[in-house]
Amino acid sequence: MIRPMGATQDEYYRGVRMVPYDLVKELFLALGGVGVLAVLVALILSSPDVGPVTIATWAHQDPVDFVTTATSELAATTVSGGYGNPYNTAGPGQSWGPIAPQKWFGTRIPVDSGNAFVIQPLQRASVGNTDLGTALSMWQAASSGDQAKWLDAYTKALANATVTDGKVTVAASDTYGPLTVMMSNLLGIAQAGGLDGLLVINGRFYQTDYTQPLLFIGDSGYLSGLASDAHLTGSQWGMMNETGSYPGQTWLWLYTMWYQVPPFTSPDGFLGLNMSNADLGIIILMTILTAALALVPFIPGLRDIPRWVPIHRLIWRRYYAPRKAAPRS
Amino acid sequence: MATTNSVASNPKSWTLRLRKAIDRHLPMDHLLPDRQPYYVGSWVYVFGVVTIAALVWVVVSGVVLSFMGPQWWHDSRLGRFFNSLHFWSVQLFFIFMVLHLWGQYFMAGWRSGRAATWMIGVVIFAVSILTAFTGYLSQQNFDSQFIAINAKDAMNAAGAGAFFNVLNFGQMYGLHVMLLPIGVTILVVIHIVMVRTRGVVKPIDPEGSSRSHGEASDFVGIKGSVK
Repeated sequence: MIRPMGATQDEYYRGVRMVPYDLVKELFLALGGVGVLAVLVALILSSPDVGPVTIATWAHQDPVDFVTTATSELAATTVSGGYGNPYNTAGPGQSWGPIAPQKWFGTRIPVDSGNAFVIQPLQRASVGNTDLGTALSMWQAASSGDQAKWLDAYTKALANATVTDGKVTVAASDTYGPLTVMMSNLLGIAQAGGLDGLLVINGRFYQTDYTQPLLFIGDSGYLSGLASDAHLTGSQWGMMNETGSYPGQTWLWLYTMWYQVPPFTSPDGFLGLNMSNADLGIIILMTILTAALALVPFIPGLRDIPRWVPIHRLIWRRYYAPRKAAPRS
Repeated sequence: MATTNSVASNPKSWTLRLRKAIDRHLPMDHLLPDRQPYYVGSWVYVFGVVTIAALVWVVVSGVVLSFMGPQWWHDSRLGRFFNSLHFWSVQLFFIFMVLHLWGQYFMAGWRSGRAATWMIGVVIFAVSILTAFTGYLSQQNFDSQFIAINAKDAMNAAGAGAFFNVLNFGQMYGLHVMLLPIGVTILVVIHIVMVRTRGVVKPIDPEGSSRSHGEASDFVGIKGSVK
């Protein structure tokens, strides 16, 4: 039989001296106090708002990095190009023994980075652009072997590329195939802001999904350089920070700490956990720790620490004080 | 001539049974008590109520921001103020919640049938982290870009990324302004009702006890509610 909790509480407090208490007043005082504090801090410290990086900004600020990234997308050598699920099957994804949730759910958000970030935007822009149309036709008619040779030669040439008036120039050669034309056009589209739009449209007018442009920008060296300058990267405890020295998600300190310590920083690792599957390992670890926190009342040792550590005697010092200091009914 | 229209209550009425159950389990003097055990006079008890107060400010500022739309606060000084109020209320909410959690831990607040209250509290903490995370992703600035690009790897590695796409602003924004805050609020209400139903836990080593340490049963949790 379930006992009425009202009666149970009355039984629980039987013999305990009760004192006047105003719950509603306490709540309103707390609302006022916390409100004043939050308003003051908001007025004095404001909040972070560094503008987003656009593909246009990236293409203007670092055109060589932009062209190098776009070329690497065609070669499928970028992070997103070889990522694996949920974007493609080009990489194995993270796993720990038989635990491979990245693989279990398949390619639910398909992204063919070379095609999506380079070829399709160029196809849309080739209307009325004969040179670009011819270059694209040449690229698509070529064998994968020829494409690989062109990509290899062009990528090597980009290492010594120069920038003049925002345009990227590489050493003259006939070994690049159509890539010089394709990349100069893509850079021009990007600098004009066209690529920012082309990567989110996907045949729709309204858009709220930025998967493609974020993956493309994420492949760049430009974004990670900005993030490193702002102390936002994982190895800099980046989750704890926002731009401009504002606090980030400081409550994730334990989660981000694991990214700073072995085995998650080591290529060899321990028991199959290492830097290559650090994300999965840390998620598993944090899931276990969170479950342990929830189950503290049932875990011998953990549930007994409060009894062993006399912090409760500070909290309830009136209760533990000598009787004359705390008269009891 | 006045007539009376008295109808006998149907004991099988769902409404009547619900009302009686509420009366039995959570009478109004327990829900809104005007007296408490004398040992409740400690600052540690304040952390719970200030956490709720911070949550109220988070919701109020969040309602203004969501009403005006995600772009507003980037271009308006008033919008920037409300975003700042939201940002700092969230920081205060987590600070107070963590202090409340540590306080309850060292008070072993799960004793005498309060284990479920503790567990719901941990769930609130976890769901709040997810809510704040989607908020950081919804800022539409450089921070949200970089957080999204980095966080996708952990989400994808866990398999969650196939359904919870941190690069999809629409999904993250919808979760942040609607589903997750409703979830946090409902859980907090349940948590408060559980606290008010059972009342605050007694100090470790209850007075009148001859023992010098708590008994194991005090630390196991579910005790007293089911007979």
